[in-house]
Amino acid sequence: MVFVTSFKNWFKRNLVVIAGLLTLAYLLLPNVVVTVFSFNKPNGRFNYEWQQFSTDAWKDPCGVAGLCGSLSLSLQIALWATLGATALGTAIAFALVRYRFRARGAINSLIFLPMAMPEVVMAASLLTLFLNMGAQLGFWTILIAHIMFCLSFVVTAVKARVMSMDPRLEQAAQDLYAGPFQTFLRVTLPIAAPGIAAGALLAFALSFDDFIITNFNAGSTVTFPMFVWGSAQRGTPVQINVIGTAMFVIAVLFVLASMVIGNRRNRRKA
Amino acid sequence: MTTNTTKNQTDGGGDVRLAGISKTYGSFTAVHPLDLTVPQGSFFALLGASGCGKTTTLRMIAGLEEPSGGTVHLGDQDVTALPPYKRPVNTVFQSYALFPHLDIYENVAFGLRRRGIKSVKKQVGEMLDLVQLGEQARKKPHQLSGGQQQRVAVARALINHPKVLLLDEPLGALDLKLRRQMQLELKRIQTEVGITFVHVTHDQEEAMTMADQVAVMNAGRVEQLGAPADLYENPRTTFVANFLGTSNLVEAEVDSRSGDDVVVKAAGDKLVLPGARCSAPAKTGGKVLVGVRPEKISLTHADDAGAIPEGRNRITGRIANTSFIGVSTQYVVDCAACPEFEVYAQNIDRDPRLAPGAEVVLHWSPAHTFGLDADQSVLAGTMGDAGVAEGEAA
Amino acid sequence: MSTLTEAPPPLTPAAPEQTPPRKRGRWTPYWLLLPGILWLVVFFAAPMVYQASTSVQTGSLEEGYKVTWHFVTYWDAVSEYWPQFLRSVAYAASATVLCLLLGYPLAYLIAFRAGRWRNLIMILVIAPFFTSFLIRTLAWKTILADGGPVVGALNTLHVLDVTSWLGWTSGDRVLATPLAVVCGLTYNFLPFMILPLYTSLERIDGRLHEAAGDLYAKPSTVFRKVTFPLSMPGVVSGTLLTFIPATGDYVNASLLGSADTGMIGNVIQSQFLRVLDYPTAAALSFVLMAAILAMVTFYIRKSGTEDLV
Repeated sequence: MVFVTSFKNWFKRNLVVIAGLLTLAYLLLPNVVVTVFSFNKPNGRFNYEWQQFSTDAWKDPCGVAGLCGSLSLSLQIALWATLGATALGTAIAFALVRYRFRARGAINSLIFLPMAMPEVVMAASLLTLFLNMGAQLGFWTILIAHIMFCLSFVVTAVKARVMSMDPRLEQAAQDLYAGPFQTFLRVTLPIAAPGIAAGALLAFALSFDDFIITNFNAGSTVTFPMFVWGSAQRGTPVQINVIGTAMFVIAVLFVLASMVIGNRRNRRKA
Repeated sequence: MTTNTTKNQTDGGGDVRLAGISKTYGSFTAVHPLDLTVPQGSFFALLGASGCGKTTTLRMIAGLEEPSGGTVHLGDQDVTALPPYKRPVNTVFQSYALFPHLDIYENVAFGLRRRGIKSVKKQVGEMLDLVQLGEQARKKPHQLSGGQQQRVAVARALINHPKVLLLDEPLGALDLKLRRQMQLELKRIQTEVGITFVHVTHDQEEAMTMADQVAVMNAGRVEQLGAPADLYENPRTTFVANFLGTSNLVEAEVDSRSGDDVVVKAAGDKLVLPGARCSAPAKTGGKVLVGVRPEKISLTHADDAGAIPEGRNRITGRIANTSFIGVSTQYVVDCAACPEFEVYAQNIDRDPRLAPGAEVVLHWSPAHTFGLDADQSVLAGTMGDAGVAEGEAA
Repeated sequence: MSTLTEAPPPLTPAAPEQTPPRKRGRWTPYWLLLPGILWLVVFFAAPMVYQASTSVQTGSLEEGYKVTWHFVTYWDAVSEYWPQFLRSVAYAASATVLCLLLGYPLAYLIAFRAGRWRNLIMILVIAPFFTSFLIRTLAWKTILADGGPVVGALNTLHVLDVTSWLGWTSGDRVLATPLAVVCGLTYNFLPFMILPLYTSLERIDGRLHEAAGDLYAKPSTVFRKVTFPLSMPGVVSGTLLTFIPATGDYVNASLLGSADTGMIGNVIQSQFLRVLDYPTAAALSFVLMAAILAMVTFYIRKSGTEDLV
């Protein structure tokens, strides 16, 4: 009896923890499946049912025609889109925080709207533009589209950082004989760097994983998400799971490593 | 050190001269046209409650704020149009504004590097020694205590040998004990380097302890300028009388003049004050505010009134409240002329009869009395004055 | 102290006639804004106009299209595809509610209860992003497979009987039913709910909970009266970040659904990329945009949080 009551109390106190962990499990379950099925040896074209353990796919990740080509294309597009969106977005963020100018409200809406728009609407309307202009769909149209929808996210990330920056730091730099350019280079930029990095990382992730907008504006060019989409119709090679698992592991290791380095640096300084 | 001081004094170019300088934001005037000269090598304080325009004035000297009118001269050079990075002036910012991404060494070296000086090692090392932070050179600002950060801010500005060092509430973020210590420390550094310091503060005690000259500001104007003792003894406005220490202000009517003295009447009591210490026009029948500092007043029990020497101003009243402070006892006395007369008496021989309810005579030397224009608020500059309350509380 | 006796290098005084550089900066904001804003105008705003014009054109691929103000396209498109519109809103709304119910405990856990595990859990929430979402969505095909452990368990517990009766599933299947689509949508957009929730929960001062407890509030009352109201900004932005993309999504409906679970995104996609009926597709897309903007504006007004914009 006592045991039951105390268990009840324990359960009540930790209800939120249990619910939270269940949600976490729901979030991670597909990744577990992806990982497990990267060691599968399916019968037939689709990799949906477990057959037998095999490391074939891990030994030959590029063994499917077009897979690694699409991966490298996606990486290239993500890289250029990140560069473009970060440069344009950072400039806008600085202008918004640091200066007064006309049409501020209109500009704020123009930046907010792409984030409040279903992707399919942006994708469809951009396609009508390209069709009307007679543009050749491919690498360049994808890149243009990606810079467009990543831009707003970069602006938001950088703006938050620049806004929290003490304006007296720049005044102090000016007071200490740094001209406008030196002030920007030596003080503003280094302090805004974490915000810019966060924006860039977000842009990279969004661009790399984008499907809907790419689907409309790619023509016959195949990015990695497009490859996966196509394979869902034709047959899913195990290599897709290998790539998915590898990206997950690399991401987690990367974050853990940067945390460990950060911790160690802090400890040494303290 | 001495060579530096003499050299600057001989070239005579170290004065800060503000001529008709003003600042308006839309319809709000932060600083009314203002003339002010800060002599070379002095420790000058701008004192006032928050929002009185003292920081704006400082920022106009630094070049961080563009004046709406008037000019700023450093010595013979008109610097009004110069951006901050071209002015030979450096600032210790409120809450320091140390660069969080640079270590202490690089913070201090910042100004030298921007001016293209390659070998900064020796100078930075010596400057860090001056502020006793040699050990901390490679730490980041957030790893330092408030007092250490404050010293870095001073070092970072001083290393550039500015003609003027501007300090914007530099001690505001420190606790009381550290603040006292840093006041002495700053004063020592100033005497040592001989550079002109312009110090903005809302703390009247800080201004009086440190500065050679104090300008008391109120609502965008300089109310009075002078040495601390002069301001304290001869306030010319009720704001200065109340903001610097405490004053008892009594409304009175001018009765007559006898020689250099003015005789006034306050609720039946006759008071005398030197005409030279009356900043108001003393026409017979006119109103004046008569003031006296609480520590100048002696307190005698009504039974001993006969023993009070002739020629002293005297007012009778009843003790309303006493508080024992240690070195002194503070009395609040109810008088006909003034409901809450404050008296501070040194605790030498305490008269046990001076308890609440006791009838007393307050008396003081006419020489310690001052007169002010009666057209001003008696409460200006006190805690009851909304503008001051915030500054006092900080 | 000897350093201070060395005279500093003289600063070159600029000619007083020179305009202060601060005034020169008047055009700086416009130069900073120009490239990015131009990009958005040309590739975001202008396409919207093109799309609006396309929607009232008539013609054919071979002969080309002309603006004929053919508004009938709207009528035809909406009357033919209103079920997909309704389905989109219903699925997206269900997914949003589920995301809130599932995401809130996890966000709360990270913000207040995780202690030294906080960073690890954060990483685990974000890390799945790095595996392409299409791969992860395909994994649900395996998880919800017919005769798989999940479906088996639901069958044994007679849950599927209830959901079939409600029309959410059909027979012994979960795949190719509305439930599978909503489950996929919920899964895909859950992090977009958790992150804003966490951000606003994390800002809440833990002492407020203690203060509320000190003032006789039960834990459940503390949550209702203090925690939840203070997390409202996160709830609002989380629901928007979930609902908006979920409404336009066609990936989950394609991969996990069937012909009967088609959403409006599926229609737009096939009209544009397969049927090549551009006016109809543009009209549908335009209606979707207008509907979303109307709903979002109403929602933001209603919830009184306009910090988002």
